[in-house]
Amino acid sequence: MIDSAKGYVHSIETLGAVDGPGLRFVIFLQGCPLRCKFCHNPDTWRFEGGEEYTVDEMVKKILRYRTYIKSGGVTISGGEPLRQAEFVLALTEALQKEGLHVAVDTSGIYCEGVALEAALKADLILLDIKSFDREKAKDLTGFTTDHAWSLLEARQKENKPVWIRHVMVPGITLIDKKTDGSSFESEEEWRSANSELLDGMRRLNDYSCIERIDLLPFHKMGEFKYEELHFPYELKEVEEPSEEVVEWAENALEEIRK
Amino acid sequence: MFVPGKWSEDICVRDFINKNYTPYDGDESFLAGPTQATTDLWNQILELRKKEKENGGVLDIDEHTISTITSHAPGYIDKDKEKIVGLQTDAPLKRAIMPFGGIRMVRSSLDAYAREMDPEVERVFQYRKTHNDGVFDAYTPEMQRARHCGILTGLPDAYGRGRIIGDYRRIPLYGTAFLIAQKRKAKDQILPDVMDVETIQQREEISEQVRSLYELTKMAQSYGFDISRAARNFTEAVQWLYFGYLGVVKEQNGAAMSLGRVSTFLDIYAEEELRNGTMTESEIQEVVDHFIMKLRIVRFLRTPAYDELFSGDPTWITESIGGIGLDGRHMVTKMSYRFLHTLENIGSAPEPNMTILWSPNLPENFKKYCAKISINTSSIQYESDELMREKFGDDYAIACCVSAMRVGKQMQFFGARANLAKALLYSINGGRDEKTGDQVGPVRNPITSEYLDYDEVMARFDETCAWLSKLYINTLNVIHYMHDKYCYERLEMALHDEKIDRTMACGLSGLSVIADSLSAIKYAKVKPIRNEMGLAVDFEITGDYPQYGNDNPKVDRIAAEVVRKFMKHLSKHKCYRNARPTQSILTITSNVVYGKKTGSTPDGRKAGEPFAPGANPMHGRDRSGAVASMRSVANLQYDYSEDGISYTFSILPSTLGKTEEEQKNNLYNLLDGYFNDGGHHINVNVLVRKTLLDAMDHPEKYPQLTIRVSGYAVNFTTLTHEQQLEVVRRTVHSKF
Repeated sequence: MIDSAKGYVHSIETLGAVDGPGLRFVIFLQGCPLRCKFCHNPDTWRFEGGEEYTVDEMVKKILRYRTYIKSGGVTISGGEPLRQAEFVLALTEALQKEGLHVAVDTSGIYCEGVALEAALKADLILLDIKSFDREKAKDLTGFTTDHAWSLLEARQKENKPVWIRHVMVPGITLIDKKTDGSSFESEEEWRSANSELLDGMRRLNDYSCIERIDLLPFHKMGEFKYEELHFPYELKEVEEPSEEVVEWAENALEEIRK
Repeated sequence: MFVPGKWSEDICVRDFINKNYTPYDGDESFLAGPTQATTDLWNQILELRKKEKENGGVLDIDEHTISTITSHAPGYIDKDKEKIVGLQTDAPLKRAIMPFGGIRMVRSSLDAYAREMDPEVERVFQYRKTHNDGVFDAYTPEMQRARHCGILTGLPDAYGRGRIIGDYRRIPLYGTAFLIAQKRKAKDQILPDVMDVETIQQREEISEQVRSLYELTKMAQSYGFDISRAARNFTEAVQWLYFGYLGVVKEQNGAAMSLGRVSTFLDIYAEEELRNGTMTESEIQEVVDHFIMKLRIVRFLRTPAYDELFSGDPTWITESIGGIGLDGRHMVTKMSYRFLHTLENIGSAPEPNMTILWSPNLPENFKKYCAKISINTSSIQYESDELMREKFGDDYAIACCVSAMRVGKQMQFFGARANLAKALLYSINGGRDEKTGDQVGPVRNPITSEYLDYDEVMARFDETCAWLSKLYINTLNVIHYMHDKYCYERLEMALHDEKIDRTMACGLSGLSVIADSLSAIKYAKVKPIRNEMGLAVDFEITGDYPQYGNDNPKVDRIAAEVVRKFMKHLSKHKCYRNARPTQSILTITSNVVYGKKTGSTPDGRKAGEPFAPGANPMHGRDRSGAVASMRSVANLQYDYSEDGISYTFSILPSTLGKTEEEQKNNLYNLLDGYFNDGGHHINVNVLVRKTLLDAMDHPEKYPQLTIRVSGYAVNFTTLTHEQQLEVVRRTVHSKF
């Protein structure tokens, strides 16, 4: 049954160097239930469509790249890959049998049954924590982050590695301006206004399974996709955070992780 | 002081290197920064280069003196500070005239820079013929037509052919007196019963070679050095070697004037200094920096049109670094590092063209250092030592970009390239040129079917290639006969053995256009749109077809087959001096000009649009990321393209990874993967922000440009121009 699982693929990137360790073959699966306002892949949201692959076909395709990805691996991203949990599970097993490292890039929204099984099977989970404020997350994505934390718990229990990704959206998950709109004068000042972010990072310290935390500055490279899809882009007015603020956030993270 | 061997009796530089070099496995921490003198000198050069630029690209010209090895008095930048001396003329960046390739080229260059031809020089060439005159005396009307329409392009028939590498190491190792004696001995041995053309030619050439060595000795003397004897220390070794190269670029203005493989050779002398405590690392690096500086200011007088074709003023002073010896030891030495380190000490630069002979077995430290330098400077290209060692041994070097040859034992007749995309159109149009309507190829009935039939087109294409390959080789025979006759590279050849392997280095351009066109004809429906003369000037494509650059065997096989077949055709023809035909898939930037001269093609490319460079997939058609595109290129067989398969790759540092360590590791794994797959050459451009906008306007200059951030699902190259601009505008200020 699982062997015949089919996957619906939005696109493939054969040169992945920013989605997990080393050089990676990245598969973007079609379909996602979340509607993150900052999403840069709204073209992957639709549940319909995507190119159909059997596990076998995909494995064959990936193995052509073995010499490149031997010290990196494969990342299954999306969309929300675990929406196609059976495919992800079967593909992960097949790739692991070939000695390849498999990472799954997920929001954790599906964390029961086969999806949980697949999430625990992966060598690495790239877990998006959309916001450290439960309610804010709901407004930002349509869902709270409860599922993300429970996936993290599950990985922790099994002692399996997780990389956390957190998008810093100015005005929402990252306070980059004072209430009057002016810039912060100092790092200290900025810190006192960002207790939510800093507390969130501290909370992550409780999980020894977390190997790495990537703070991803909000960017607008996906905006043109909204226009093409005729989707409203709610963050039109939001600007990308300044280099200085991003650096402050990195500094804080480094201190907290010590 | 050196381990003796075969090299002590006869000329055999390889043996000297093999017996004396010290492989280095450590990292770059031993390197020394620039000295004050280095920084001062380089600043002076920067100042001069600024003036050169302000002056329209040429600082000064000596239009009165026909350049020869000894034509100019010694020149200096700042005599007291220069550890290595010697300039092409009596002042830095002052260009010389080298008319023996073609006086016409000198005339139009002078004209372009508002200089007058010296009547004295003009008078000489009333009596003295040049290479260019000779070629046009012998060209057939068919050759002229092919050249005019651009089915044969970039032919070296108006200036120096280049791509010959003198074994400059022989000068420091032996001194010119010994080299002259050896040449004399060789000439004495050529005394056959029958004085045939070959023998006469060879005897005359050796006499010229001997003369050039005398002149070189005299030139060095004018700088106060006696190079008739071997070099006695490291600084002398570099100076002697540079004099050899300098003599050559005072007389020959070939498109590519490459240096060879000198760094590991020179390291032997440097190691000796370090062992004896006679030089410090900083002093050694200073000499290297000054040498490289000199190479960076080599200049030739060329026309602006020439510079446009090559996007600048290139000299292709290629230096090959690294590789693995036949005995299994890698050939990376401290000097390999020092050469690359010049890119840090005196900034990045396209010249000399540092070429890493890559093998998975190179030391890890070195691979990482190369990756680091690539990321910081984009000034390194990589080529597969695994592929080349098998054919050329362990003492070969690269001429120009991708042409391997055994140093001092092998040379090539540079043959530019045939435009096979145009040949495909000739096959459809019955031999008529799609732009001019001229009958260039043999008269045939054009294809008249509503939709193009794959088998019919393939059969015609094969016929066209048969015709073209013959015409091509014959044309090159004319060119190289005349070049030998009127513009012989006497000094470069003096630094070769007498027995020379020669190749006729043909080339093809437009590979991805042909592969995609044939794939479209095979897998989609292609309908030619014909004009009133019956010429197919455009094509309507219905349906999708597999495109080259996506690791799709359906089309990649077609590309490989086109290469193999054209090589087979070329191999059938007899070449001048029994040269062996080879071919390259290489364009540097001329793919833009070739595109301009070629009508719409069945892959959907419109008339005038640029081709992809070299063996690259067409920009925007590789939809699966850069590794898939590398695999398509690596699928082409080096055996049928022994003169090189060029691939250019552009990436942003942030796309290679988050930290510098990750970027280095990922780049070197990428290179290992590509070369493991059988890739031959790769140019790695790591873009900086300011070039990104240029990349939007000229995608053909930045093929396979990859921009990615974590989780972002888009292949930048496949976006439309407007989309790319939008992405860049929104992000360019801080991200990259």
